[in-house]
Amino acid sequence: MTGSILFLLIIVLGGMAWFFGRVKANRFLTDSKKRGEVHSLPNYHGWYVALWAIGPALLFLLVWNITSPALITDAALASPAAEQLPQDAFARGSILAEARSIASGQQVKAFNPLSQSMVEPYKTAISYYQTLGAIAALLLVFAGGAYSWLRLKPELRARTKIERITMMTLLLASLIATITTVGIFASLIFESARFFSMVSPIDFLFGTEWNPKAVAGPRGETGFGAIPLFWGTVFIGAIIAMIVAIPLGLMSAIYLTQYAPPKFRAWMKPILEVLAGVPTVVYGYFAALTVAPALRDFAVSIGISGASSESALAAGVVMGIMIIPFVSSMADDSIAAVPSAMRDGSLAMGATNSETIKKVLIPAALPGVVGGVLLAVSRAIGETMIVVMAAGLAANMTANPFSSVTTVTTQIVQLLTGDQEFDSPKTLAAFALGLVLFIVTLLLNLIALRVVKKYREAYE
Amino acid sequence: MTELLDSTSSSESSTMTDSAASAISAGDGPLKMTTRNVDVFYGEKQAIKDVSIDVTMDNVTAFIGPSGCGKSTFLRCLNRMNDTIPIAKVTGDITLEGEDIYAPQMDVVQLRARVGMVFQKPNPFPKSIYDNIAYGPRIHGLASSKDELDNIVETSLQRAGLWGEVQDRLQDSGTALSGGQQQRLCIARAIAVDPEVILMDEPCSALDPIATAKIEELIHELRGKYAIVIVTHNMQQAARVSQRTAFFHLGTLVEYGVTSDIFTNPTEEKTRDYITGRYG
Repeated sequence: MTGSILFLLIIVLGGMAWFFGRVKANRFLTDSKKRGEVHSLPNYHGWYVALWAIGPALLFLLVWNITSPALITDAALASPAAEQLPQDAFARGSILAEARSIASGQQVKAFNPLSQSMVEPYKTAISYYQTLGAIAALLLVFAGGAYSWLRLKPELRARTKIERITMMTLLLASLIATITTVGIFASLIFESARFFSMVSPIDFLFGTEWNPKAVAGPRGETGFGAIPLFWGTVFIGAIIAMIVAIPLGLMSAIYLTQYAPPKFRAWMKPILEVLAGVPTVVYGYFAALTVAPALRDFAVSIGISGASSESALAAGVVMGIMIIPFVSSMADDSIAAVPSAMRDGSLAMGATNSETIKKVLIPAALPGVVGGVLLAVSRAIGETMIVVMAAGLAANMTANPFSSVTTVTTQIVQLLTGDQEFDSPKTLAAFALGLVLFIVTLLLNLIALRVVKKYREAYE
Repeated sequence: MTELLDSTSSSESSTMTDSAASAISAGDGPLKMTTRNVDVFYGEKQAIKDVSIDVTMDNVTAFIGPSGCGKSTFLRCLNRMNDTIPIAKVTGDITLEGEDIYAPQMDVVQLRARVGMVFQKPNPFPKSIYDNIAYGPRIHGLASSKDELDNIVETSLQRAGLWGEVQDRLQDSGTALSGGQQQRLCIARAIAVDPEVILMDEPCSALDPIATAKIEELIHELRGKYAIVIVTHNMQQAARVSQRTAFFHLGTLVEYGVTSDIFTNPTEEKTRDYITGRYG
């Protein structure tokens, strides 16, 4: 019996358990003399029996699937055919693995004749343990179902129990995302710790030369100074992109909330939101193929030397454009959250629309706007595709926007693409960079969320 | 957005006799604002039907009526705050000192400086007390020096009866004051641009009785310096603070006259029913 058929069977049996539970509970209802005598509706009783039938069985199968391979291997090794196997653990392991995949039908023909001889013992062991597991699971279904069915009584608090199980399931779902984040963070810390055991954190965080090599140079120098990367990231993501995104995003938000006729707004807002959904790789093409060459030609024409076709300006400007909808929508929300009484109050004083915006709405919405900008910065510095495609790889410390700079994310991609051994400082540096980026964006998000929250409270 | 269908000339308006506007008699002081045959539409819906009222300098004029009767809508016509609602359309004649306020050459910024407004919920700006008061004078360029501005702030707060309570903390945020103080701050803010008319839209409905009493006292003191129009759903308040009362019902002006007459001897059945609490 294969796993999926077994699984289906368990579900079907669960459905039957649900039905029998219901039938029994329905009888309570018809027998009851007064209202409230039966605690829960029949449906809850049905679910109660069904979950008792399915839950333990599925849990058992999960555990069985993890533990049975070891048992199968043990059983196969106990067979007489196993005596010819070589003693060398590595050779032995590969033969066993091959035999196993043939036995389970993933591979057709063996390269090693020894493997072929192990196939039969494997097949027997696999079918033996599979049958054993299936029987045990089905027994559990019946046991659980029967136990809970016998327990059904009019006063059983089935509804309360089902509510609790529902809550636990939802909690589990939400925990998975959180636990994954914690896991990612933990693995980053672990790998970064390995990196920092090879390269001093001081050299990494404050060094100004970035030229990572797998092996240290003659005087122990390694070129892991990340300052140029940090500078490039800030220069593109927090300076150039924001110079583009903040004014344009803010002004478009002001126009949309204060001046735009409802019809225009109804069209414009969804379009802006679509812009936010364009894959960043598309922006990357745009930056690399259109904006960057145009900016280089422009720089050359006004006589700026050292203009590169991979410029900080191109990446920053395109990233800024990408961020506009984000800033605009945050600013839009904050301006819309300012009570209309403020606006009316100012207009009633004889202020014009733009005076009202400048002197009342923007100051009142400022904390929300600042929060939005911080979130935008955190997005911009974590952005990868645009900078990989348009910003270049040279770790320059320069404030010339026409020259090529590199960013943390670009270098992570650079360090981890291709065949890499995962124990050299060169590769591990990627984790350290990732850790720094993670911490910085996390802090930015925390601050931004706090600012936005505080601001919301002020008007509630 | 607003258009004038019926451009009744001022000479015509003076000949109207049966109109409620003719409640003006000797001792009322100069005529400040007149309205003739005002209709207001929100899209298809007519919110105000043919209302004509005169506002005089020396009287406090109260608009009363059940919720949704259009009294606030009408009040908002007097300083063109209805302009901020795109679907609102106002027709008829409204004049301030004889000037048609809906005429194309009327600058709405100037109009609102002359006709100030206080809202239902206190709405100080999230700025310091000082900046709240200085907001209007700065916008309209009323002060040429810091001293002059300080002076305006102080007089306005004094007139609004708030100076004693806030003179030591002018730099505190206006939103940190109590509800009643905030409302007096808003009145001071309106006074600061030296308006001719002050419109008050249920100024006490969000306040406790003590704060309400202070505002009413303030209205008494301001009477005569400014023409005051107050919308209220509290009939006792109308009786206490006003000398002229207009009763609105379903967008029409039912009765307009001397407050004591309206409350003791109304001519209309509907007014009597409302005042005696039979509905509303």
